[in-house]
Amino acid sequence: MGMTITQKILADHAGKKSVEPGELINCKVDIVLGNDVTAPVAISEFEKLGQEEVYDRDKVVLVPDHFAPNKDIKSAEQCRLMREFARSKGIKNYFEIGQMGIEHCLLPEQGLVLPGDVIIGADSHTCTYGALGAFATGVGSTDMAAAMATGEAWFKVPETIKMVYYGKLPAWVGGKDLILHTIGDIGVDGARYMAMEFTGEAITALSMDNRFTMANMAIEAGGKNGIIAPDDITEAYVKKRARRPYRFYQSDPDAAYHEVREYDVSTLEPVVAFPHLPENTRRVSEAQGVKLDQVVIGSCTNGRLEDLQIAASVLKGKKVHPEMRVIVFPGTQQILLEAMRRGYIETFIEAGAIVSTPTCGPCLGGHMGILAKGERALATTNRNFVGRMGHPQSEVYLASPAVAAASAITGEITPPWQV
Amino acid sequence: MKYTGKIYKFGADVDTDAIIPARYLNTFDPEELAKHCMEDADPTFPSRVKPGDIIVADKNFGCGSSREHAPIAIKGAGVSCVVARSFARIFYRNSINIGLPILECEEAIDGMEEGDQIEVDLERGRITNLRTGISYLAQPFPAFMQEIMAKGGLINYVRDKC
Ligand code: SF4
Repeated sequence: MGMTITQKILADHAGKKSVEPGELINCKVDIVLGNDVTAPVAISEFEKLGQEEVYDRDKVVLVPDHFAPNKDIKSAEQCRLMREFARSKGIKNYFEIGQMGIEHCLLPEQGLVLPGDVIIGADSHTCTYGALGAFATGVGSTDMAAAMATGEAWFKVPETIKMVYYGKLPAWVGGKDLILHTIGDIGVDGARYMAMEFTGEAITALSMDNRFTMANMAIEAGGKNGIIAPDDITEAYVKKRARRPYRFYQSDPDAAYHEVREYDVSTLEPVVAFPHLPENTRRVSEAQGVKLDQVVIGSCTNGRLEDLQIAASVLKGKKVHPEMRVIVFPGTQQILLEAMRRGYIETFIEAGAIVSTPTCGPCLGGHMGILAKGERALATTNRNFVGRMGHPQSEVYLASPAVAAASAITGEITPPWQV
Repeated sequence: MKYTGKIYKFGADVDTDAIIPARYLNTFDPEELAKHCMEDADPTFPSRVKPGDIIVADKNFGCGSSREHAPIAIKGAGVSCVVARSFARIFYRNSINIGLPILECEEAIDGMEEGDQIEVDLERGRITNLRTGISYLAQPFPAFMQEIMAKGGLINYVRDKC
């Protein structure tokens, strides 16, 4: 019996010829990641181990992004704890504001995560890196602490659901719509504990930025990891960034899958997920007319250059609705800089949007755009749970940057072709 | 270990933002977190919950973020264990790693009502509703995880190996 790409990567990192779904294994990890919410907990656990050094100072990555730039005194203390830990252990990959970005935009951009890697991060959207053909999964702080000490983590080898996307994507439909459509189909626990392998001609045709968006939201279907087999597009992305060797894995033709699901993408429309679960999806034309108070464009899901490009193309020469607050938060400093060079930032500001420094900020209701009671936001983020962006009685609708930008202009949920 | 306590029942897909909203994540002090435990799912929960009480929930409990603050808040609130139809993966993992007892049981959930007294026998995976007298059997933990829990969590387990 052949193996899936996920099985192959795990087997190699566990020093085994093959692994079976359900098997418990100990794996070497290539990168261990933490942020300002999770790393402080991990650091305090690490200190309980009484170990002087981390297992490999080049393999630990620390990114203060959730409440940074420090939103209050408590956040400042959390960030300081991380910063001091990074300095005392000689961890180079600590990103101060100025170099910083939202972790899942930053790590691929910096070439820190590569095809064939096993990556764990104390952040659930660590699954984003699966877009590069890596095994990447979110863990908790205690797992992070243990991995910083040992360089290893335990896993149960997951079964895989294979998603095959046929056909050519219609205009205005991208990675965000594909993944929302998929979550709407299988539900928020439809891939619980499982690997989601995204395949098919529509995926092969997808840009890296769109692939990151898809893998990013595997967790929203309960998935352990999302993965896309690496190809020329992956190679073009990583070759100029990588500073260590990487490896391309592919699934065997006779690999065993828990399930294979097929989608014809040629009939899709942009998708909107209604409160309060990412699985509550509707076509944008059926969502039209919902009045909004705020639009948020950015996050680790849709804060990359291509996302900003699409939003800018819709907003160019237009004004945001007078009763609407529009917040754009790019994923990294580099993305922000490039967006500035290309004139996107000017477009946003001229349209009446604000542009934030890279931070998780509004995405998790942390700072920079919290919702009041009863308010509604449409966001290009990944979660619309109760209270996610502010007051427990506020609402979040999830959609693509194109839908977000169009809705920013009209003040209500709007298909991008209507503005 | 056996736990006996009064249950609080929650529905399906209770996410980590409901268990501990992100607005409180600028600390990881269990007592602080406990004050807001389950707040967005039931605002009265933090004031009503008593040490030893048990949370019972439907499918996919703890979905969403990887914040260990979620099981820490529940443990901090004195909840002795959580029984659910199923758990989201990272929450499951985190609970084991920090030593919050949890049990996954498909059948037990429908037979329980808010306020029931139940007994949970972790080693045998047996859940008994003391009101109805009916017992349910849950999946026992894999050996690997039992070892981690026997040592009181992942940190102790790793310390013994180092
Ligand atoms: S942008 Fe949002 S989803 Fe992404 S890492 Fe930050 S808080 Fe999490």
